[in-house]
Amino acid sequence: MLAYIGRRISILIVILFGSSFILYNLAAISGDPLEGLRGSTDPKVKNEVAALIHQLQLNVPPPARYFIWLKHLLSGNLGLTRSGNAVSTELGQAIPVTIRLIFMATLIAVVLGIGLGIVSALRQYSRFDYAMTFVSFLLYSLPIFWVAVLLKQYLAISFNNFLGSAVISPWWIAGFSVVSGIFWAAVISGDRKRVFTIFGIAGAATAVVLSFLSATKWFAHPGLGPIMIPAMGIGIAYAVTFLSTGLGNIAARNSALAVVALGEISYFPTQYIFNKYPGPLAIFLLACVAIGLAVAVGFLFAKEDRGPVIRTSVLTSILLGIIILIDKLMKTWVPYVNTDAVNNRPIPTISESNSLLAPGHFWFSFLDILLHVFLPTIALTLISFAGYVRYSRGTLLEVMNQDYIRTARAKGLTERTVIMRHAFRNTLIPLTTIIVVDFAGIIGGAIITERVFGWQGMGTLFNNAITNFDLTLLMGVFFVTSSLAVLANLVADLLYSYLDPRIRVVSK
Amino acid sequence: MSILSRFKRKKVESEGSQVDIFNKETEGLSQGQIVRRRFLRHRGAIISLITLSGILIFVFSALNFQLGPLKYHGWWKYSYTEQPELRTQGCPQFLSGCPTLSLNPFSKAFGLGDHPFGQDDIGRDYFALVMRGAQRSILVMFIIGAVAGLIGTVVGAISGFYRGKIDAILMRFTDFVITIPTIIIGSVIGFHFGNLGATFLALYLGLFTWTGLSRLVRGEFLSLREREFVDAARVAGASDRRIIFKHILPNAVGVIIVSVTLIMSSAILLETGLSYLGFGVVSPDVSLGLLISQYQDSFTTRPWLFWYPGIFIIVIALCVNFIGDGLRDAFDPRQRRRISRKERATARQISRAEKSAS
Repeated sequence: MLAYIGRRISILIVILFGSSFILYNLAAISGDPLEGLRGSTDPKVKNEVAALIHQLQLNVPPPARYFIWLKHLLSGNLGLTRSGNAVSTELGQAIPVTIRLIFMATLIAVVLGIGLGIVSALRQYSRFDYAMTFVSFLLYSLPIFWVAVLLKQYLAISFNNFLGSAVISPWWIAGFSVVSGIFWAAVISGDRKRVFTIFGIAGAATAVVLSFLSATKWFAHPGLGPIMIPAMGIGIAYAVTFLSTGLGNIAARNSALAVVALGEISYFPTQYIFNKYPGPLAIFLLACVAIGLAVAVGFLFAKEDRGPVIRTSVLTSILLGIIILIDKLMKTWVPYVNTDAVNNRPIPTISESNSLLAPGHFWFSFLDILLHVFLPTIALTLISFAGYVRYSRGTLLEVMNQDYIRTARAKGLTERTVIMRHAFRNTLIPLTTIIVVDFAGIIGGAIITERVFGWQGMGTLFNNAITNFDLTLLMGVFFVTSSLAVLANLVADLLYSYLDPRIRVVSK
Repeated sequence: MSILSRFKRKKVESEGSQVDIFNKETEGLSQGQIVRRRFLRHRGAIISLITLSGILIFVFSALNFQLGPLKYHGWWKYSYTEQPELRTQGCPQFLSGCPTLSLNPFSKAFGLGDHPFGQDDIGRDYFALVMRGAQRSILVMFIIGAVAGLIGTVVGAISGFYRGKIDAILMRFTDFVITIPTIIIGSVIGFHFGNLGATFLALYLGLFTWTGLSRLVRGEFLSLREREFVDAARVAGASDRRIIFKHILPNAVGVIIVSVTLIMSSAILLETGLSYLGFGVVSPDVSLGLLISQYQDSFTTRPWLFWYPGIFIIVIALCVNFIGDGLRDAFDPRQRRRISRKERATARQISRAEKSAS
């Protein structure tokens, strides 16, 4: 195994060397950094040209210059940009921004895409399946910059206007209710009577909830409070139990419910900690405590076969924790929106954070970052989730045709067990590798997104590098993105052989 | 009754079983006929094929173009370089160059009007611009598809067929191209040679988008070359060339066609993306991505400058995607079509009738 990894890495290094050599020379011969200065006869400019030639070592031919760059790289020095900053510091600032941009989007796209793809596969050839196929192809065909303009208009500008009154018009309520009715009826499906019942229930529930939100102007003063949290918590507990062990497992259900009860009891102490010690450390410690408690609860409730029970309670506690965090952020909403920097227009259309916002208030800056991530995340999610829907649907369909699924059914296992334990897990194997490779690919692909939303990440650096003929900067960006791509491929291969025991790497 | 008679020819063993219905359907048909039938049954693909052909004819016949000594006169009155007077009449206040297209059959203005998609800042007819942009984008899409398809097939076929050292070298070379993100290399070349035109852009983008295809073709060749019919051909003394072209390639053509369509649908987005960044097709030439990037800020005031090019991109890419999906369904023998309730009932009826008869 180690020999295999070693061999792969050595090949990767050779490949990286070759492609960087080609890119360097291509970029060097295709542009002239002195273009703007050449025409001038001013002696001052001549001096400047001479200085630039010296600074950029333009008198050295590009292939030789590449090796100078490589020598510096091997000693850990990425060089200076043309404006004199170290490339490494520029990259150090840009990488976290880009990761912030794509991390949430990838996560949401993966979860949503796999979920919808699986439902679509289980309802193969239903109307829902056809609709999902159409939607995913449509999203697949959308240029991201085009979507971004639409999102800016309708989700940011119009939504900010809407927040002024926070009253949802009856037309919108009706529209949303019909859409949600159709969606749930299609997902759950059944015979005609059942479809209409589900449509009625889902539509009516949506209408009631939206009317309530509109009447109380909830969107202007959002919050969940100690009443909504346990209600949602119980829902989560049942949902997690259903997916993770099945509702028949009383111990799992009870431990999940106990976790929710514990969360509710600790609601006010948590709020106190949030206010008293704002910061990522407190959140992290609270999360650790929550997970630790969940493990303990699971341990207490389960008589035998503790694994699934503990898994259920831990999942419940994580989801509940996220809800409590969202509640806290919602409480920050009103004071945040009323600050001068935000001035009642909370959803921003450009840049990665609000520079006018006074620093020092943890919850404000946390909310600020999340809100700035909001639009780009939606745009990227819309674009990339289509691929996951298609892929997970195809994979699950293939898996469901396998003999071991038939065996599992013949053993008399419940459909939930067959799907979640036998089919879903095997679907995840090829998906994992795709996700890993995609994640690396998106970093290069976020160039357009960054441009549209005015973020200062890797894409901007790359853009600057090209338009300013900044070779060292360009190579720095390329070095990071291509090493990531190559590493991701390696990780994907290793993961694949780890997850699927039938595939073993041949180590010669 | 044709379905019924087809079922009657052979005894249906299990009641309305899927496999039986499929076997009956494909009985006595050649591979090509089966594929054609399956494709024709994919409604989305057929609609897309018709739409795309319609768009192609519409877009390419609209404007004048010259091919060597041949001159073609398009049916649209403006060219994309002409600057007719900006129309302000009939537009909302403070706006000029609004679209004259009216789809309301009862209004007086029904029809295309003088400038159906409106005019841009300096009065150029936006319909002509969008047509020109769509031409460029479609051209780029086809060239990328052709170049990438050719390179990918050749590389994949050679390395899959000959294996060993050649395979190792070619596949390392493929890895090598994969490490260079297409958008980065496209931008680098596009920024410096952007004014060489769309054809050149498409050619060099094609040089970097073939990697996925070559891997697929290689896998296909690796498995096909071990099959009995290849052994038979080899024993009969067929040359490598004959085996590749006559025996393996026809069997791998499904994979190739499907992934070429997928390359094409992503190519149109790649081109528009590069043009949006300013590294693709550059002014004074026009492409759909370039139009959107030029007029994205006028979305609130003059939305038509934003909507029309976008809709063309989406419709073209959507059509290509659906055609690709239809082709995949048609070529993939594992794909099972949905069996309608009616067919199932017919099959059951026949099998019951036969049982009672025997």
